Amino acid sequence: MQTILLKKALSNPLSKAGFIIIFVVFLLAMLAPWVSPYDPDYINVKAILLAPSAQHWMGTDGLGRDVLSRMLHGGRISLLVGLVAVGISTAIGIVLGAISGYYRGWIDTLIMRLVDIMLSIPSFFLILAVIAFLTPSIINIMIVIGFTSWMGVTRLVRAEFLSLSEREFVQASRALGAKDARLIFTHLLPNSLTPIIVSSVLGVASAVLMESGLSFLGLGVQAPQASWGNILTDGKEYIQFAWWLSLYPGMAILITVLGYNLLGEGLRDALDPRSGSSK
Amino acid sequence: MLKYLIKRVLWMIPMLIGISLISFFIMHLAPGDITNNEAAFNPKASEESRQKLRELYNLDKPVIVQYGLWLKRMVKLDFGNSFASHQKPVFLGSTDKDGNYTKGLIEEALPITLMINLLGLAITLTLAIPLGVIAARKYLSWQDRSITLFNFVGFSIPGFWLSLLLMYWLGVANNWLPISGLHSLNYETMDTWSKFKDSLSHLIMPVLIPSVTGLAGITLFVKNGMLDVLQQDFITTARAKGLNEHAVVYTHALRNALLPLITIVGLSIPGLIGGSVIAETIFAIPGMGKLFYDAVLMRDFPVIMGILTIGSALTLVGNLIADVAYAWADPRVRRGVMKG
Repeated sequence: MQTILLKKALSNPLSKAGFIIIFVVFLLAMLAPWVSPYDPDYINVKAILLAPSAQHWMGTDGLGRDVLSRMLHGGRISLLVGLVAVGISTAIGIVLGAISGYYRGWIDTLIMRLVDIMLSIPSFFLILAVIAFLTPSIINIMIVIGFTSWMGVTRLVRAEFLSLSEREFVQASRALGAKDARLIFTHLLPNSLTPIIVSSVLGVASAVLMESGLSFLGLGVQAPQASWGNILTDGKEYIQFAWWLSLYPGMAILITVLGYNLLGEGLRDALDPRSGSSK
Repeated sequence: MLKYLIKRVLWMIPMLIGISLISFFIMHLAPGDITNNEAAFNPKASEESRQKLRELYNLDKPVIVQYGLWLKRMVKLDFGNSFASHQKPVFLGSTDKDGNYTKGLIEEALPITLMINLLGLAITLTLAIPLGVIAARKYLSWQDRSITLFNFVGFSIPGFWLSLLLMYWLGVANNWLPISGLHSLNYETMDTWSKFKDSLSHLIMPVLIPSVTGLAGITLFVKNGMLDVLQQDFITTARAKGLNEHAVVYTHALRNALLPLITIVGLSIPGLIGGSVIAETIFAIPGMGKLFYDAVLMRDFPVIMGILTIGSALTLVGNLIADVAYAWADPRVRRGVMKG
């Protein structure tokens, strides 16, 4: 079953393109220490704000650091933050959604109202406020993004649980005396995985965007550590003299986020039994 | 309808209480006492100003009492005074003993943000609805495919990056548009027509860029809605009775496809308000987003708490308007609402 899904997913042109993009971006980020032409933090006062050339493919920044090397190392941070943040939000969403959809009653009402309340607070304000009270660091950014973006998954898991609970195989299992844990972990959760996977992949896309926005504002990944977002902060600083500082990091964000979006939408098309064959 | 409206407004009260609880919880996330945090950040903070802060939030009292007192002030729309920004009132202005009125920070910033977002939303809808209709009518044609491609890029492009590129291209390299603020320095000396042109040129980038990135979602929504509606029986009936295609698409299908859009626009409000942080910071526009960002950098707690609460309350009001508009626009819902 798993291999069929995988085959179906990769036969979809959108998810195939997305997969290839993500694979290449990850490969480059993983190999950063080996493929980077320079040390990303090496400050060279003789090479400040050099335009792209054979020595520095993407030019140098205001401190004479090589932009390509910083981009490659920054990619590791941006990708890591996206994955961990979504890991956190998905975990919270699965737990709360499962409780809500399985037990129903007052606990369901409570969780759903919490979701409504969280959704009505503008999320970017919420994230910035939390960061204002904590200190910006990679760990905090991941936690904050994770803890402010679990609402969608919660609703999704709850809806899946509610509809699956009505199905014969679940009711049969219940009639045979299966315990809660067995119903949840062997019947309900595995059958809800497809939409959860799709929403997590799309979630990584928005987490990467969120991290780059925060770092751009100086409230995310802190210098000297590079991230795509904080290279763009320099880009804004030197916008009059150095277009390359703005162009390349943004392109990296665009391509990565596009990759995740293509993969997510492609998976949705491929894994959703209602689409595809009927068209 | 009135009964529905009252029910819907009353429903906002528990929501607001929930929001205030979360805001209050966030304020207590700061390690230790927030007065320490403030002092750590601002070495000039004296023992006296710390004391003031403790009094403002009643930090010497138990947490539950602190919350109660804070909520009591909030009900009176009193969010205190800013620590920075010359101690200006956070939300509404006040008149001092000489009769001089000082405008509140949010009172000043909110109309600017609302104007920019409403203009942006109007532009987004004007473009997204026709694009969505084209994509649905010519499903899987080259037009549909290019719109889909555009949507994917729109979903993925970081708005602040697009802003930087256009700022460079339109502002720095070609000097066609101003790159910061709402007015030129000599705004006061201009005649009305030049003032209008000046404001307009300052607004083009901050309004257009977010609406371009917001376009993708709405276009996709209109397209999917149209695809659904066009498959329904009443459309086949309309065609079968010989109605021309234009009437089928624009009077029968589009109306039905646009209804859920009301809800989507309502739901997009928190994103719009939150998104204004980056756009306003880049273009130096003195709206809610910039105010919030500056407050975060200066750990200006009363302003942070004020904007968090007002921003959420605005979202609730926006959703309320969307729900009421939906009930008003859809005869099926309207009748249901009348009955119950």
